[in-house]
Amino acid sequence: MQAVTPKPSPAAKILWVAIAIVGAFCLSVVALRRGEPINAIWLVAAAISIFVIGYRFYGKFIEHSVLKLDPTRAPPSVLRNDGLDYVPTDKWVVFGHHFAAIAGAGPLVGPVLAAQMGYLPGTLWILFGVVFAGAVQDFMILGLSLRRDGRSLGHMLREELGPVAGVVAMFGVLVLMMIVLAVLALVVVKALTHSPWGTFTVAATIPIALLMGLYLRVFRPGRILEVSLIGLVLLLASIWFGKTVADSASLAPLFDFDAKALAWLLIAYGFCASVLPVWLLLAPRDYLSTFLKIGTIALLALAIFLAAPTLQMPAVTKFIDGTGPVFAGNLFPFLFITIACGAVSGWHSIIASGTTPKLLANEGQARLVGYGGMLMEAFVAIMALIAAASLHPGVYFAMNSPAAIVGSTVQDAATAISQWGFVVTPDELLQTAKNIGESSILGRAGGAPTLAVGMAQLLHNIIPGGGMMAFWYHYAILFEALFILTTVDAGTRVGRFMIQEIAGLMYKPLQATESWTGNLLATAICVGLWGYFLYQGAVDPLGGINTLWPLFGIANQMLAAIALMLATVVVVKLKRERYVLVPGVPAIWLIVCTLTAGWEKLSGPISFTAAAQKYAQAMQNGKLLAPAKTPAAMQQIVTNNYVDMALTGLFMLLIVVMLGFSLRALIRAWQTNHPTAHEEPYVALSSVAS
Amino acid sequence: MNKPMQALESSWKWAVQTARLCCGVPDYDAYVKHLHEHHPEREVPSYKEFFRERQEARYKGTGGRCC
Repeated sequence: MQAVTPKPSPAAKILWVAIAIVGAFCLSVVALRRGEPINAIWLVAAAISIFVIGYRFYGKFIEHSVLKLDPTRAPPSVLRNDGLDYVPTDKWVVFGHHFAAIAGAGPLVGPVLAAQMGYLPGTLWILFGVVFAGAVQDFMILGLSLRRDGRSLGHMLREELGPVAGVVAMFGVLVLMMIVLAVLALVVVKALTHSPWGTFTVAATIPIALLMGLYLRVFRPGRILEVSLIGLVLLLASIWFGKTVADSASLAPLFDFDAKALAWLLIAYGFCASVLPVWLLLAPRDYLSTFLKIGTIALLALAIFLAAPTLQMPAVTKFIDGTGPVFAGNLFPFLFITIACGAVSGWHSIIASGTTPKLLANEGQARLVGYGGMLMEAFVAIMALIAAASLHPGVYFAMNSPAAIVGSTVQDAATAISQWGFVVTPDELLQTAKNIGESSILGRAGGAPTLAVGMAQLLHNIIPGGGMMAFWYHYAILFEALFILTTVDAGTRVGRFMIQEIAGLMYKPLQATESWTGNLLATAICVGLWGYFLYQGAVDPLGGINTLWPLFGIANQMLAAIALMLATVVVVKLKRERYVLVPGVPAIWLIVCTLTAGWEKLSGPISFTAAAQKYAQAMQNGKLLAPAKTPAAMQQIVTNNYVDMALTGLFMLLIVVMLGFSLRALIRAWQTNHPTAHEEPYVALSSVAS
Repeated sequence: MNKPMQALESSWKWAVQTARLCCGVPDYDAYVKHLHEHHPEREVPSYKEFFRERQEARYKGTGGRCC
């Protein structure tokens, strides 16, 4: 059964034609105008038109033809209503919840890094990637889970592709999570290195969160909004006071750390935070960061609309040839793994098969939440790209290039960057640092600081005032650090449970999550795993992000490919073969991108292998290469690169294995002449709804 | 109560419900209603107890957050 869609009225037809014309015109301005800088509003308008059209037409096509969602069918929230996990909920409330769960640091970092190729490649990939791949993945996985009692991605993989495939994929998820935690923690390290102001404000979130935790537990149980408001006021006060700390000769050194020290501090913090009771530290910080995240995204949108900045970065830079300083590698495939979240993110498939399908009150609302939620995230990515592209390109490259490439003084950096054609003076770099209240802006890769400078400039344009730019910069850093640290805490805890489960297979008592031995042991292993990569990033010759972000991108897109392969198999199992290309094409595209990127990271000039050999060769000749100062440090860099190599190989192997399982299931389903998907039987909504 | 006030109140309710759900705390009223309708024999927990139970539960699963 399927709801009949009413025929569109003539007025509606005219409206959609008008949107299409406006969108096409704006996009042509963005894509074709050369020589003179364009205003960001063109980009925003093009994005909104494309998203609206994609949502109305492609989203609807998937809903009616591919997934055949049926508003008369009872969803899991109704069938298994328990008032807690399964609750039929208003669609906009579910939308808000789903968006808050998928939006994180990813869509803010990737586009900023990709801006080294100019704003156009990133924009096109975000716009078309989300419509044809990212939103399709989120929506289809949500749709599949809705028909399977809200089951998780792992569970669905086991059912549809076989038990071994499920185990293989879940192992991939665990490794992906360790890389995610390490890379995100590294973003924080890069932002706080030798920044007493930033470090002080981020450190201040710990006592603030403890205070909030006690307040929620003892004084006013469950008053989340109230306590978050108190927390916000304290946070703003700590940013304001941070300037006093940074200016003070006695206090500043207490919060002035290098990358290595910060990495150790984060590792120690991650360990403590995930063994403490959740109500004390993790939960209150989670509330604060959720609200701050939504608020700041809204603030960024407002700033872009009001300030309407001009994009100073060229549409396309010469770095599409793979020689860029921010990340190495050609436009294909590296653009498509650098911008993961925002265009297509595998992680979303876990959320789309988590709480969201248990809350939807009707299958007819899945498009709004699944497809629409991902379009919103893509819009956040577009805004991050605008913030980065509206910066002076010289400043952008100074912040994001490793010292190994542009040198470690403003003079060297300005000379090197000017030679690339982005003319900048040492004074301009110093002045930018001074404006944001920092001693240097060099070597601050990782997206967060660049976005923070971009945001600070936008907000400063709207609300001018002496010293305000420094305030906004540290506000933006704090907001990103806050939710990254929340992800690190929560991720470590989840990783700990996963490790305890695996360890429990070998020695049963380790499985007890209440046991302190098992708890501490598993936490230590989990922190050790991501901590290793974090520390590796802190001592990396190319600054860490350059090395680790591609690894993260490959892993995240690998998971997206797995989710889309599942969707492809299920479409065939439902005997809807004519629509196999809807999830099939993006799946193939991601497999090609990840395998090519993986291969280039295994062999060739930009590979981990080449980096390892370079340092090994120098060691044999008795030489030391920067930043290593001892033979032991040289050896460590060699080992790190071999570990990265092994990991890349592992991800590639995982994809190939999953592809094998998918093809086997696909061929079997194709040869069968009746549907074989594991859907729950149809129950009419009218027969159960009270 | 006049119409605008009602609209304001219902949007505030909506905002609170969304905000709480974003933090993993579902609607308490809906839970109480569910208990009354389907499990009248069970004791209804106070909001404090309900909140604590949900807070613990949120960080036990695979985590509802993204990178």
